[in-house]
Amino acid sequence: MYDTIIIGAGMSGLAAGIRLAHFDRRVCILERHTTIGGLNSFYRLNGRDYDVGLHAVTNYMPKGTRRGPLAKLLRQLRFRWEDFSLAPQIGSTIAFPGVQLQLGNGLELLESEIDKHFPSQKDNFQQLLTQIADYDELEQQPFEASARQVVSSTISDPLLVEMLLCPLMWYGNARESDMDFGQFCIMFRSIFMEGFSRPFAGVRLILKNLVRRFRELGGELKLSRGVDRIVHDKKHVNGVVLDNGEQLPGKHILSSAGWFETLRMCGDVVSSSTRGPGKLSFTESIAILDKQPRQLGHDRTIVFFNDSDKFRWEQPKTMCDLRTGVICSPNNYWYEDVSGKQQQLSEGVIRITALANFDAWQNLPEEQYRLEKLRWHERTVTSAVRFMPDFRRHIIDTDMFTPKTIHRFTWHDNGAVYGAPNKHLDGTTPWKNLYVCGTDQGYVGIIGSILSGISIANRYCLQTT
Amino acid sequence: MTLAEIREEIIDILHDIAPDEDLSELKDDVDFREQLELDSMDFLDIVMELRKRHRVQIPEEDYGELASMHRTVTYLEPLLKDVARVS
Ligand SMILES: Cc1cc2nc3c(=O)[nH]c(=O)nc-3n(C[C@H](O)[C@H](O)[C@H](O)COP(=O)(O)OP(=O)(O)OC[C@H]3O[C@@H](n4cnc5c(N)ncnc54)[C@H](O)[C@@H]3O)c2cc1C
Repeated sequence: MYDTIIIGAGMSGLAAGIRLAHFDRRVCILERHTTIGGLNSFYRLNGRDYDVGLHAVTNYMPKGTRRGPLAKLLRQLRFRWEDFSLAPQIGSTIAFPGVQLQLGNGLELLESEIDKHFPSQKDNFQQLLTQIADYDELEQQPFEASARQVVSSTISDPLLVEMLLCPLMWYGNARESDMDFGQFCIMFRSIFMEGFSRPFAGVRLILKNLVRRFRELGGELKLSRGVDRIVHDKKHVNGVVLDNGEQLPGKHILSSAGWFETLRMCGDVVSSSTRGPGKLSFTESIAILDKQPRQLGHDRTIVFFNDSDKFRWEQPKTMCDLRTGVICSPNNYWYEDVSGKQQQLSEGVIRITALANFDAWQNLPEEQYRLEKLRWHERTVTSAVRFMPDFRRHIIDTDMFTPKTIHRFTWHDNGAVYGAPNKHLDGTTPWKNLYVCGTDQGYVGIIGSILSGISIANRYCLQTT
Repeated sequence: MTLAEIREEIIDILHDIAPDEDLSELKDDVDFREQLELDSMDFLDIVMELRKRHRVQIPEEDYGELASMHRTVTYLEPLLKDVARVS
């Protein structure tokens, strides 16, 4: 009998597992995929290492900082700062027609950029900062208030409102068009006030440290073991039945598979059909270059672009929406080796994310799916070079993944990257000892999902004995 | 455990929770919250580590007794006096 069965070996499941195993709980993580990582896994293709998701680890704070989500999760998981080896970004840009705002780690640069490009909004921006500082996740302030309304009532230039929303929606908004103000505050802090970073070795460094720690503590990890059903009576769950028919009993179940996905495993069709799953999915077009991006005049870490004054965050009607996108160059971080010498990834890489329509991609016959991938890769790159130096002559290899790939890695309905729009912040479900963590609990991104796993495990699986 | 051993044990736990901290300069009469910026999640971890290592149960209403090193050691002394330090 396990104390806790965890569904999913993504960031949140692994983090929850470490907490429980550290305090001597008998814990087992079940993962349907052949590998760990979920949305943020890694793979090898044509002799190269790729990350599935990672653009940037948010919430960057330099070594020695005691406050903030990064410091908190390192302490909770008993990691040293070096275990994540985060290199800070060089600098990022929000690019709209005719105006660009530069971002660095910490608020300073953004504040001066706003003073420069939106002088009339200087005081309003300070007022927005106060509102965000006053917003307390734990107080009863409504998490689901409209961010567009709150921000527009403070910032009176609509263009600046759109420019502020664009990166925050891209990196963490499951809802179409608008954003929950609670989520806005979390993302504002993690992107504008803290910032971006990346380990030189990519996401595999973080994942390998998580899984090694989990195993050292005696946790069990079973790969290629999907959960087909959750066994329950009216009020409690008792265990799981795997895809292969095997049964495992457990006292608690913690699921990172998503809200609707989890309720469906309980055979609950009624509550799982209300207030539907998310619709926002992505394509990611990757280009390997024969030069470093900086040699081509591109030193930006991330560029959030939008080609009109109005930022639209909606499921595209066609395969992809190329009006907005995110360009990331993993080369553009300040990497240092152990002796403090600068180092650089061996090849240039550009990754471009676009909004995509799950059904359109999912329903294509195999041959056409391959063709559409090539076609949309080219279109996406063509759209991106409006906002950065043209790198097309330097491409030596490409890869692309689509909503279909995201679905295959996570089993999220619609390949929804940030899950369902309505979050379940307290993690509880209609069953007393079944909890959700990760994406649909509400904290998204790498740091967010790790914290989600930690806090739900603490609250329900550790403190109850 | 003697008072000195209890202090060592708490240092050990703090080192486990915050491996990047230099604890050699820790002041016994200043609150952990102030010196190390520990939050409620960290205090809970100290409580759970004590339970894991020495089977001492600390009721929730006593968590405030763990505010500083001095208060923690004083509070734990009667609970740990018959326990031998393992490592
Ligand atoms: C293209 C892209 C780029 C991204 N870039 C970034 C970035 O730069 N920075 C950042 O911070 N975040 C980024 N993210 C977001 C980040 O990856 C996710 O928020 C985070 O990984 C979510 O972790 P999770 O544990 O909540 O869920 P998941 O990673 O979805 O983990 C859930 C796991 O459960 C497993 N599972 C599902 N159903 C079952 C079942 N029935 N039985 C067993 N196992 C099951 C899945 O296989 C999966 O491994 C990106 C995401 C994408 C798609």
